[in-house]
Amino acid sequence: MTTTSSDRLSRLLALVPYVVSRDTVSVAEAAEAFGVTERQLRDDLNLLWCLELRSPDPYCPIDLSYEGGDITVAEAESISRPLRLGADEAAALLVALRMLAELPGAAERDALSRVVAKLEAAAGGAAEAARQVSVEVDVRAGALGQVQEALRTGRRLFLSYYVAGRDEHTEREVDPMRVLVVDGRTYLEGWCRRAEAVRLFRMDQITAVRVLEAASSVPAGVRGRDLDGGLYQGTAQDVLATFELTVQGRWVADYYPCESAEEIGEGRLRIVLRASDARWVRSLALRLGDQARLVAPAELVDGVRADAERALALYT
Amino acid sequence: MSRRKTDRLLHLVVCLLATRRYLSAEQIRRAVPGYPDSPEAFKRMFERDKDELRELGIPLELGSDDDNEVGYRIPPHAYELPDIHLTPDEVAVLGLAARVWQQTTMAEAASGALFKLRAAGIDADPGGSPVLESRVAADDPAFPALYEAVRDGRPVAFDYVKMGGSQAQRRVVEPWGLTSRRGRWYLVGFDRMRGAHRVFRLSRVAGAVASAGPDGSVKVPPGTDIRALAFDFGERPAERRTARVRLRKGGAQGVRRWASDVVPVDEQWEEADLSVWDAEWTASSLARFADDLVVLDPPDLRDAVIRHLKGVLS
Repeated sequence: MTTTSSDRLSRLLALVPYVVSRDTVSVAEAAEAFGVTERQLRDDLNLLWCLELRSPDPYCPIDLSYEGGDITVAEAESISRPLRLGADEAAALLVALRMLAELPGAAERDALSRVVAKLEAAAGGAAEAARQVSVEVDVRAGALGQVQEALRTGRRLFLSYYVAGRDEHTEREVDPMRVLVVDGRTYLEGWCRRAEAVRLFRMDQITAVRVLEAASSVPAGVRGRDLDGGLYQGTAQDVLATFELTVQGRWVADYYPCESAEEIGEGRLRIVLRASDARWVRSLALRLGDQARLVAPAELVDGVRADAERALALYT
Repeated sequence: MSRRKTDRLLHLVVCLLATRRYLSAEQIRRAVPGYPDSPEAFKRMFERDKDELRELGIPLELGSDDDNEVGYRIPPHAYELPDIHLTPDEVAVLGLAARVWQQTTMAEAASGALFKLRAAGIDADPGGSPVLESRVAADDPAFPALYEAVRDGRPVAFDYVKMGGSQAQRRVVEPWGLTSRRGRWYLVGFDRMRGAHRVFRLSRVAGAVASAGPDGSVKVPPGTDIRALAFDFGERPAERRTARVRLRKGGAQGVRRWASDVVPVDEQWEEADLSVWDAEWTASSLARFADDLVVLDPPDLRDAVIRHLKGVLS
């Protein structure tokens, strides 16, 4: 955490009410709550303890002690309540809460709407900015209710799952680990018993779901991915495909994350896409038609031509 | 920033909160330790301190009692977070929401909010729920400036590369709101040059966002639905109609979810109905199934698929 003067002032103003609302708090606990070292926190307490107004008569508005490692506040007068939420603070929480509250059939929906209402009331005018910012969630997450039920009751799931990149319908048993809502899309992360590995399933591609009688048993030591590292981490087996996009095909560069993009004149763009499955690249090339030309790798270029020729042969 | 300055600001807040009467600048200088003696130096420092408090959202009120000199105070009712009581399930979702943002300024704002709520006795655990996790990225370089412009109601100017174009054009926009769909952020606002509302994708904003007017000068029309405007793609070009297609047995899995009346034809093929809109759009989405799918009817869709496949070969 950065320690600018204003961050520190905010912390100092929050520290007194934090203790007041709890009667007594240990220095260690308070330091952890505010994400600072115990030494820093003691220095904060010292600043508050020394606070003295000089005029008209000198007096100390705050009476606190932290001897023996326990903080107590005997007198805090004017700063015994925390400062109101600012517009950014209210927006950061409200936008996120409203997004989650849209999840169809989520168990938390009710609690989410209640918090939104309470925070709006507490924030007052500061909640205005939050109304102008929103994040949409995919409402085609019909499996969510049952997935959450399995998580709650510790049971295994049966899934019918469509793998778009391979145009394949699959059926499998999955021990659910978590529900992830990332950039508006909803996923189930779970231990796939068919792959014997952690797999990510997009909720909108789950075509059928059933909670099984069997108990879920994720092997010990198996962890979910670290979301801050991104949902998809590339592997050495990935295919790198080069497309030349026409002006009409430039949307592709907006739509999919590109490894690189380079202007090649007349409004055309050369991009490199990373894909975990070559079949996805082929289906994209077929979908794009004359909006783009696949130029590498060579075997995929040939494959796409062959696909299109075989398809055309069926129309003659 | 110095410990001394933090100390001075802390004194200033406590002093102005404790007073019922408005305190003149001179009274403040006498009460708060750390201000210089020179009137000029004090004035400059006090101005900066006031700005700093306002930036933190501390409500500084200017006024006077009776006929006295103009002074300052912080009204406690405007300063204090009102009482807020949350049930345990509400506290749990709050912890979850606080970790959603990956963009730095929003993430800091969320943790700042959590500090204040914690100070109000609400122990929202930023560990959140182990079975539900959420993240939202807002990593477009234009996001922070456009968010602030929306928040402050300030017109902006920026270079924008429109869909399908490669040259940036200057746009002057009164921002109404921001919305995100599938990881992509959009600005909706009134485009002054076009005299109508427009939608801008943040990833196509080139370079810096400049201010183009004072704060509070943007008036969002009442009843504006940002999301409806952002994702309004106009009227559907055609009526929904039924297409008859041939599907290879075991193939074209992707369309089977939307297919009806699937009947076997022979060893290799089945036939099915699909509900479709626009021929061109449908043709491109069906082409990806290559020789696992053949359109039988209507003729214009059949021609569109043939044209599309020839396009792949051209």
